[in-house]
Amino acid sequence: MNNADTRVGAGNRPPRSAFVRAVTTVGSYAAQMAKRPLSFIGTLIVIIFVVLAIIGPVIAPYSAREFIRDENGTLVRRASPSWEHPFGTDKEGRDVFSRVIWGAREIILLPGIATVVAVILGTCFGLTIGYLGGWLDEVASRILDSLLSIPALVLALVMLGTLGPSPVGIVIVVVLLYTPIVTRVIRSATLNIRDSGYVEAARLRGESTLYILFREILPGVLPALGVEAALRFSYAIFLIASLGFLGLGVQPPSPDWGRMVEEARGEYLRAPWSLWAPAGAIAFLVIGVNLMADGLRRIFRYEGGKDA
Amino acid sequence: MMSNVEPIIQAEKVNIDYRLNKVWLNAIHDVNLAIKPLEIHGLVGESGSGKTTLALALMRYLSANARISSGVIRFDGEDLTTQSTRQMRDIWGSKINLVPQDPIASLNPSYTIGNQIGEITRRHMKLSRRDATAKAVEMLKRVKIADPEDVVDRYPHQLSGGMLQRVTIAMALSTHPKLLVLDEPTTALDVTTQAVILDLFRDLIHNNDAAALYVSHDLGTVAQLCDYVTVLYGGEIMETAPVRDLYSQPLHPYTAGLMASLPRHSEQLNTRLSTIEGVAPSLADRPSGCVFAPRCPVAVEKCHQEKPPLEPADDGRMIRCWRWPEIASGELSTTTKPEAIGESPAPREELVLNVSGVSRQFGSRSLFDRILGRPFRPVRAVDDVSLTIQERSTLGLVGESGSGKTTLARCIVALSTADDGEMELCQMAISNDLDRRPREALRNLRMVFQNPNDALNPYHTVGQAIGRTLRLLADRYNSEAEIHVRVVELLDAVRLSADYADRYPAELSGGEKQRVAIARAFAADPALIVADEPTSALDVSVQAVILNLLKDLRAQQGASYLLISHDLDVVAYLSDWIAVMYLGEIVEEGASDAVYNAPSHPYTEALISAVPVPDPTDERSAIRLEGEVPSARDIPSGCRFHTRCPRKIGSICETDEPPWRDAGNGHYIRCHIPVDELIELQTMAGSKDTASTGEDR
Repeated sequence: MNNADTRVGAGNRPPRSAFVRAVTTVGSYAAQMAKRPLSFIGTLIVIIFVVLAIIGPVIAPYSAREFIRDENGTLVRRASPSWEHPFGTDKEGRDVFSRVIWGAREIILLPGIATVVAVILGTCFGLTIGYLGGWLDEVASRILDSLLSIPALVLALVMLGTLGPSPVGIVIVVVLLYTPIVTRVIRSATLNIRDSGYVEAARLRGESTLYILFREILPGVLPALGVEAALRFSYAIFLIASLGFLGLGVQPPSPDWGRMVEEARGEYLRAPWSLWAPAGAIAFLVIGVNLMADGLRRIFRYEGGKDA
Repeated sequence: MMSNVEPIIQAEKVNIDYRLNKVWLNAIHDVNLAIKPLEIHGLVGESGSGKTTLALALMRYLSANARISSGVIRFDGEDLTTQSTRQMRDIWGSKINLVPQDPIASLNPSYTIGNQIGEITRRHMKLSRRDATAKAVEMLKRVKIADPEDVVDRYPHQLSGGMLQRVTIAMALSTHPKLLVLDEPTTALDVTTQAVILDLFRDLIHNNDAAALYVSHDLGTVAQLCDYVTVLYGGEIMETAPVRDLYSQPLHPYTAGLMASLPRHSEQLNTRLSTIEGVAPSLADRPSGCVFAPRCPVAVEKCHQEKPPLEPADDGRMIRCWRWPEIASGELSTTTKPEAIGESPAPREELVLNVSGVSRQFGSRSLFDRILGRPFRPVRAVDDVSLTIQERSTLGLVGESGSGKTTLARCIVALSTADDGEMELCQMAISNDLDRRPREALRNLRMVFQNPNDALNPYHTVGQAIGRTLRLLADRYNSEAEIHVRVVELLDAVRLSADYADRYPAELSGGEKQRVAIARAFAADPALIVADEPTSALDVSVQAVILNLLKDLRAQQGASYLLISHDLDVVAYLSDWIAVMYLGEIVEEGASDAVYNAPSHPYTEALISAVPVPDPTDERSAIRLEGEVPSARDIPSGCRFHTRCPRKIGSICETDEPPWRDAGNGHYIRCHIPVDELIELQTMAGSKDTASTGEDR
């Protein structure tokens, strides 16, 4: 028979290892990001803040709780920005620049942890109810609806008011608020994939439900998941900063941007820099994360279009 | 005969470029095309050949990233390439009109039919609102829509696909255009509806002094409808010829290859189809010589080096090939003789599948309906169906959309759980519920899906896709190494090289994906493979490869098939047994040849008659089914087919369920008309090429 001649494109491409593929994938995302200036700037902002959060203590000139005194031993209160204090000092005599840098840790760590937990839980729930469907989906969806109807700040006030403000409490509040939202997004992404031929093929060869959920469906919802995670992260930053502003966030004296804004509010006329610095930091980070999420969405949509 | 008549539209040396990744790539190269009045000009090509781009470019209708880089398009005394968009707007909808592929997507769901037809006549013929509506009614009458006065006030979602396509035709004709561009206008329709619509085109175009450009991938409809045919490949014209010449003696190797790759009913069961190997070139890497050379069976060195010119032959034919004079004189044969397939093991008596009384209903009764006491009317997609498949044989299941054939297949593999009925696989009773089926049943019953793009997980390599089936269902392969060896073996069986194991589906063409899906289905030595429209998403040349493969594998592996298709030719080519479904019920069942010949059920007769034969000289008296397929929610009483049956004998058809009549040799027909009378009626009508039928029976 003429088997050998009729093979298509035999041996024209060397096999690639998983590592090489992963690197090229990340590389192509980076290249696409670079083509969109706004998304690129957003990603850059996020990266700068993350780097600050990691190496902040090394570059921060003072510690976050250090009261600065001059040679005479008096507190340097409300000093205007200078080379020594780039963002000035606040009414207690602390270096605002250092506090913002130290605060980056908290503002990235807490929303980060909360987002990761919410995304993991939401993915598990969303995949399960989306794939299994039926009455489980009906019941779960109604529960989600009711959870989603609770106003965010009201829940936060009640929970933190009764439990007392603590980092763990804050994370729990954010997880409670965002898990239903992530669940919904993943559920609808799952519904699109559930009836595809490859999932049916997996059922027909007797795969377990777990395998189907995590090996067949999960890769397909990852793009939606990535965008959702970035969005949730930006909202979580905002929410935690708001809680700090309301006095329900991380308690003093640790530097929290939201609380810094609240403390500097009354000082606006005397030391506007102490308000501008944390408020600007919040704005930059949230805008940066949003621009990055927007870029991710466009890239993934492009990729999805190519696959389909 | 019409050679002196000026063409309505004439394209000369037209080149079209697409802008991709900031580079202009040539998509259509030096195309010449002329259409004379009253002529229907077919434009044939496989997907990616540029046929739609060219057709729309002739209307000067291009997407934002496309441009006509050179050439002249003369229409009605003017060069369209130099017209402004504003000037074109007066031409579109008035002198050149388009009948789109998908009528559902091209009609606005929020305006009535009358409003949408009227919009065009009001814009171009300056009719008043009242006159426009009257004109719309008149046009709907011309396209033979029942109750046009009623239809003008309806919205698109209230009409069926066939009706909507008539509406778009009415729209296109309402301004008496000189040229109609028909972009695959019947692709979305069933064969019986397609036959009616094609008749309509033929009448209307000739009665309106219009000309038409008919774009299609279907050589059958082109043969039936067109006067002239242009074959497009890789953005270049391969051959232009009067339809009869083209089909009787294709001069270009590509045209010849396409013709030979069509499955025909007369084909012997043990021959394979000729195929065109390889894949069509992408825009970015067109060969420098003849575009078809890499896939051409008779290409010589020159073909790879130099691009052949589009040369005129006699009778207005044009051919772009270096070797056409040799082909024309008969010195060179373009098609290799179809190879015989290895000895196919004869079917055995034992049944591989025995399905009895399977039913499946859809829909549920809402609480609201219950409170109001509304009757429960489920969709009865499959209604008490029984069928058997012998070991090593192929059962073809034919029916139009909505006949329940896919639902039946899904019930058999248990992707959909049958409400009722029993199934036996290899003489073992199996549950209707997938979760309760033993591993052995899963191994023996595999499925090939319709859409190859969606049958493979885009995130798993080909090797993973096939290997996983082996790991779960085949006991023989214990180590990774053994599994890999078997994967390579399977890839070889579907004629893909071993390095495909590491590829992702996105790197494969549609045909290659379907080969992988077939390899996956065969992985664990199944007894029965259910193939649901395995080639409907593929081009003809690729379809031939897949059909050959299915035939080869059956011969080698001794598996049985349940083949589901709307395409009678595909089913007939592969099956030794055929069952015809209509509205959830099997209306006829028998050996492949017997079903094609008289006697057959009136529905089968109409179905066979509606299939467009790729032979322009074929002039069978066609049977056309009137009306629409009834909803499976409201199945007609008595015989389900009585609302459309051209051979209805009286009220008995409306009241009594027809008997399952035995026509001999396992051939059964569900009809009130006795078998003898059916033979008489059907041979008398001469509706089929079955002169021998009378002698057989």
